[in-house]
Amino acid sequence: MTALHNKRSIWLRLHIDLPLLIALLLMMAGSITIVYSASGQDSAMMIRHITRMAGAIIGMFVLAQIPPTTLKRLVIPMYCLGLLMLVGVLLFGVSSKGAQRWLDLGITRFQPSELMKLAVPMMVAWYIGRNHLPPRPLHLIIGFAIVMLPTLLIKEQPDLGTSILIASSGVFVLFLSGLSWRLIGFLSSIVALAAWPFWHYGMHDYQKQRVLTFLDPESDPLGSGYHIIQSKIAIGSGGIEGKGWLQGTQSQLEFLPERHTDFIFSVLSEEFGLFGVCILLSLYLFIIGRGLFIAVNAQEAFGKLLAGSLTLTFFVYIFVNIGMVSGLLPVVGVPLPLISYGGTSMVTLMAAFGIIMSIATDKRMLLK
Amino acid sequence: MLKRRPTIRDHSAEANLFARRAFVGFIFILALVAILLSNLYTIQVDDHQDYQTRSNDNRIKVIPIAPNRGLIYDRNGVLLAENKPVYNLEVIPEEVDDLTASLKSVSKIIDITEQQQADFLDDIKHTRRFKSQVLKARLNENEVAMFSVNQHKFPGFSIEARLARYYPFGDTLTHALGYVAKLNKKELNKLEQQDEATNYRATHDIGKLGIEKYYEPLLHGQVGSQRVEVNNRGRIIRTLSMDPPQPGDDLVLTLDIGLQQIAQHSLKDMRGAIVVMDAKDGGVLALYSNPSYDPNLFVHGISSKDYKALLNPDRPLINRTTQGRYAPASTIKPHMAILALEENIVQETTTMWDPGFFQIPNVEHRWRDWRRWGHGHVDVYKAIEESCDTYFYDAAYRMGITKISNFMARFGFGELSGIDIHEETTAILPSKEWKEDRFKESWWRGDTISVGIGQGYWTATPIQIANATNILVNRGINHPPHLVQVAKKEDQITQLNNEEKPPVVLNNEDNWRIAIDAMHNTVKKTTGTAHRAFKGATYDPAGKTGTAQVVSIAQGERYDADALKERQRDNAIYVGFAPYNNPQIIVSIVVENTGGGSSVGAPIARQLMDYYFAANPIQSSGSKVP
Repeated sequence: MTALHNKRSIWLRLHIDLPLLIALLLMMAGSITIVYSASGQDSAMMIRHITRMAGAIIGMFVLAQIPPTTLKRLVIPMYCLGLLMLVGVLLFGVSSKGAQRWLDLGITRFQPSELMKLAVPMMVAWYIGRNHLPPRPLHLIIGFAIVMLPTLLIKEQPDLGTSILIASSGVFVLFLSGLSWRLIGFLSSIVALAAWPFWHYGMHDYQKQRVLTFLDPESDPLGSGYHIIQSKIAIGSGGIEGKGWLQGTQSQLEFLPERHTDFIFSVLSEEFGLFGVCILLSLYLFIIGRGLFIAVNAQEAFGKLLAGSLTLTFFVYIFVNIGMVSGLLPVVGVPLPLISYGGTSMVTLMAAFGIIMSIATDKRMLLK
Repeated sequence: MLKRRPTIRDHSAEANLFARRAFVGFIFILALVAILLSNLYTIQVDDHQDYQTRSNDNRIKVIPIAPNRGLIYDRNGVLLAENKPVYNLEVIPEEVDDLTASLKSVSKIIDITEQQQADFLDDIKHTRRFKSQVLKARLNENEVAMFSVNQHKFPGFSIEARLARYYPFGDTLTHALGYVAKLNKKELNKLEQQDEATNYRATHDIGKLGIEKYYEPLLHGQVGSQRVEVNNRGRIIRTLSMDPPQPGDDLVLTLDIGLQQIAQHSLKDMRGAIVVMDAKDGGVLALYSNPSYDPNLFVHGISSKDYKALLNPDRPLINRTTQGRYAPASTIKPHMAILALEENIVQETTTMWDPGFFQIPNVEHRWRDWRRWGHGHVDVYKAIEESCDTYFYDAAYRMGITKISNFMARFGFGELSGIDIHEETTAILPSKEWKEDRFKESWWRGDTISVGIGQGYWTATPIQIANATNILVNRGINHPPHLVQVAKKEDQITQLNNEEKPPVVLNNEDNWRIAIDAMHNTVKKTTGTAHRAFKGATYDPAGKTGTAQVVSIAQGERYDADALKERQRDNAIYVGFAPYNNPQIIVSIVVENTGGGSSVGAPIARQLMDYYFAANPIQSSGSKVP
């Protein structure tokens, strides 16, 4: 055995995919840099941010140790518990900023939708993976039901951003499992047709307002259009090279709202310019590529579908967030993955990468 | 149900299917990333300039800085209007979330009445956005301290150190200086029309009256500005650059504050007006109207109680020197005499018999002389010295109104004197056209008679009387009256108001001498009406008394001061100059409802001239004396 092989096997035994880990750590280093600037050099915030990151890394490491076979056994209890808690949230949840998303567990508040971000793709991957690929119509219908039930419950909270993420994670499993293109085309037209009644009966006023503002942000520059206008000014004024770290006037002088959370991409664009944006996107693409590589090389259907779905969902985060802050998409509360300040999303994402690492290393263990 | 799927899974086929799907997914992601990037490229590269500008517009604010208002000095350099530092409680309404509630809570710390709060809320509707507005002016030390401790509770409220106008001589100069007070909506609109609004971006006060209003463009100065970086709450982070304001010009007046104070004291509590003019150049040495009021009350917004107190029957707000319309009475007799001489109605040597009244041939009505038994044989000198009415009734009757009206207009009657304050009236110089226009009635011959002694329809302001006398004693040279002589900007000195108007030219220049000599006699001769008042003067004065009827006395009745209500008693008028052979000053005095010009008017003139010649040497009579 060569030394290299030896080294690999150490990471293998630790259930860590080294390229993915390095990319994730680089992202976190970037996050620390940008949040430091966006928070106005707030050291207390930085300590909280780094502590959460450390917690998220430990969480990832713990999840990576759980082999996919064990995960499969946990799927049904996790999903059912999640559903129960979602119903619980609607009945006795805690409200914050007009949405009821939290469950008060006495010592801590918990957001069940975060659990569902993992439980839904796992459940669908498990259910579809049990049978042959591509799935039969009955399995597809049941698979859709598994996705739609929690999605609708979360949309009722209301939390459009999370429900989109959860719905897409489930739909990605179905897509990766070989859903026929004809069916995809058919379902897409249904969705397009359903958009109209959805607009009229399915959306809250504040969500409609966001869409209208998105279509013409300048119509209400001091009201709901303010966020997107200030964000575009920040991005645009950054230019190619950016204004320099800690030099972004839009963020440092607080013209940009939600700078350290949902709009952190604007801070990055302002201070590091298009150049910084390209580095960030390259790093994201590397992580996605690595995730899909792991999925393709996974041993079992469950692992493939789950790793693939989690990776594609990771991109949805990126696309929705960047699209939103740059004016391509309406404002939907989705953080920039691995960069935004905020514990819950960071922990959930790293947990997902833990699962992916478990899938990656599980296959190699079997190959041995 | 016939075709059952094989129970054995084809793992490699499934793996291929998955790999294809994953690949399609990745391609799809790349396409979406390309869309994101192309959009970002548009924003960051194509539209960079636009967003750069908007980013700067966000953070860079230009804050106007008000210029310091020019100071006003008297002719001897005594400061008459200054700028004193005060602390104001100011509010930028746009920065306060709930203004009504904040006003209520701030009024618990600093005494602000509900009326003041309501007024403030009303005021700010008419002002520019994001301009700080004075909520309470002139805080005392205690209030400053109380607010400073609680400042954090009131975003948008702040204590600002400002320079506020202060008039150290108070009511002595009000009608000349005027005052500044808060800029209102109407004035702002006017400034906008004049393209001056930007110059007033930081200015809170504007001249409302007198010199402060007339010379507003000179006194105000040019606004400066400061480019600052602000955060999203408008708080200044740092100053980027500074363009200092240019202070307004300082003004030096022709007024002599000492003489002005004498004028005020001499009138005591009598209603009246005093104008003292420099006979050499028309510069006004004193301009005082009694009663007066404290202009400082207006600077910080006068309370309605104080304002109501000024609306009393004595009408202190009226500037009697330029707005008071009085019958000029006998003070115009010298002018009338010149006209009669010019028209050959009388000669220097001819006399007439005064029986104590004048009658138009074949008319019963008698125009009575002030001396019931008459003046006997009267020539032009005696007519002026003793102020014989009958002589001028007769002369006026023979000249007719048109000649009188045209001639008197050349001395500025019926016209604005052009003094450099806006508060002025033309008063009335009657003429046939005027009467037809005013009363739709034609002019009666009888109307001319009382015009001959400066009564009837004729009214004039004290400044007009001073001006007309100034033209006479200067033998036609016309220096119009003015209050400001010099504007100073740093080292640059600009002479103002030194222009002459076209002179009054007579056919016979000697007629000036006759009128001037007669006015001299009025003081010099023991029989003259102003003789007593000037006994023992160190200079050689000349003058003319006047006693103007306020109500007409019915035929056959006697004027009895005690029987008349105070407001109906005669006005005392005096116009004088000194020295008679080389005039240096002109004094014009009107005292309302106090009776004779010789007993009330002349002694005041004496006080003023005494003061003047104590401070100013008597100039040797140069080429002026013929």
